[in-house]
Amino acid sequence: MRDFGYARAGTAEAAVETLAGRQTVVIAGGTELLNWFRLGIAAADRVVDIGGLDELRGIARDGDELRIGALATLNEVGEHPLVTQAAGALASACLQAASAQVRNRATIGGNVLQRTRCPYFRAEEPLPWPCNKRDPGSGCTSLAGRHERQAIFGWTRDCVAVQPSDPAVALAMLDARADVLGPAGARTIPMREFHLTQREAAAAGQPMRETRLGPDELITGYRLPVSPGGQAYVKVRERASYEYAIVSAAAAVRLSQNRIAAARVALGSVAQRPWRLAAAEAELPGTPLTREALTPVIERAMADAAPLPQNGFKVTMARNAAVRALLAAGGAS
Amino acid sequence: MTLDFARRVEVTLRLNGRPRTTVVSPRTTLLDWLRDDVGLTGAKKGCNEGACGTCTVLVDGRRMNGCLTLVVQCEGRAVTTVEGLAADGGELHPVQQAFADHDAFQCGYCTPGQLMSAVACIAEGHATDDASVREWMSGNICRCSAYPQITAAVLAAARGPAVDGPVGDDRADR
Repeated sequence: MRDFGYARAGTAEAAVETLAGRQTVVIAGGTELLNWFRLGIAAADRVVDIGGLDELRGIARDGDELRIGALATLNEVGEHPLVTQAAGALASACLQAASAQVRNRATIGGNVLQRTRCPYFRAEEPLPWPCNKRDPGSGCTSLAGRHERQAIFGWTRDCVAVQPSDPAVALAMLDARADVLGPAGARTIPMREFHLTQREAAAAGQPMRETRLGPDELITGYRLPVSPGGQAYVKVRERASYEYAIVSAAAAVRLSQNRIAAARVALGSVAQRPWRLAAAEAELPGTPLTREALTPVIERAMADAAPLPQNGFKVTMARNAAVRALLAAGGAS
Repeated sequence: MTLDFARRVEVTLRLNGRPRTTVVSPRTTLLDWLRDDVGLTGAKKGCNEGACGTCTVLVDGRRMNGCLTLVVQCEGRAVTTVEGLAADGGELHPVQQAFADHDAFQCGYCTPGQLMSAVACIAEGHATDDASVREWMSGNICRCSAYPQITAAVLAAARGPAVDGPVGDDRADR
């Protein structure tokens, strides 16, 4: 790890001010940043520490909204009674992420900014193979190589990686908004639109851009609408704990006489963004809460999936995860 | 107000109950500092990327990966390592004793991290049954695969009256 200059920010505004020159990066928990530094994924001359900013801490109910400060750790979010009651899918996603000791450092603000787990991307510098995220224009080794864990939606030939965050899937499903502070002041970004697929980024003329957060902006917290009904987060992985998802699904269900009155559902690790199944959400009201009834609805909503040669199984697995999440959210399993 | 970015930073913290002031390069991890500067080599450098848990220490009583923590992030905090667990007279901490009683190790490399994680796991209230221990201890890898014995030791220590007392820095503060 190369050395850097270090300063502690006294206010969020002071931290944002330092980001203008793009030579400064923010550290909160540091669980991603330190590994980026080690691998050469990021390099910075200066690091500004926001860890002491009490204004970015805390979890509180504010009318019909739940407010979560960016510095709340994944364990704090996952075990907070307000979150487990009003946003169970988010609590579950947080506690299924990483390990107990990583969750004591990792913050909910930084978590959604984690980069892909693509092994070609995560290699130590000097990079032994092409990767457009690491060296724009060099190519995508995964596309011609191993890609069984990669995207089934929204990818381009330039990059097939997925966003691995668990909490981001729940935040997108819950219609959370990120509070963001930049040089021009505060704004909000709906978490549904926070991340960009490779196709969306290319259409915007910045093929390797991964989020709508500006390079000089800071996430200060989230606001979630509190709504009635059950929620669930289903994570499918190769071991029972401390592993990234192959696919995941977050769902919220409100029932009326054993049929779905309203439902929301999002898939994780299938694209470079959480993947809301809007077509299913439109079709689900009136559907019985059974595997047989739900499966074709989800299947239709995933009809535009475009799997790569090695990851067709993810279409089936994601469909099943979505059905399981809906069943669990509705209390049927 | 423009922030001043320092290349050397003075940090004051408590280490195993005793105050300590040090000057570090900002990139110095808590793990490297403990091992190379202080000489406390209980916390191990297994993967150096947060994947194995052998570097687990307590910061303000919470377990964290020493390799994912910078010393500069520990200003004013209380750090407890495995060296701070046993009593001054050498009497083992109840969790250490439970690991010995249950043969909860083979090569022992992961044991300091397992012990620190177990102390926290019990204090958090997560050592309630087999499944909960396995879930909440999953951040500590044991390549000898002593998991059944580790799980038994954590549950035994959690049941024992001795660990109802303070742990971590509170304990070291006696």
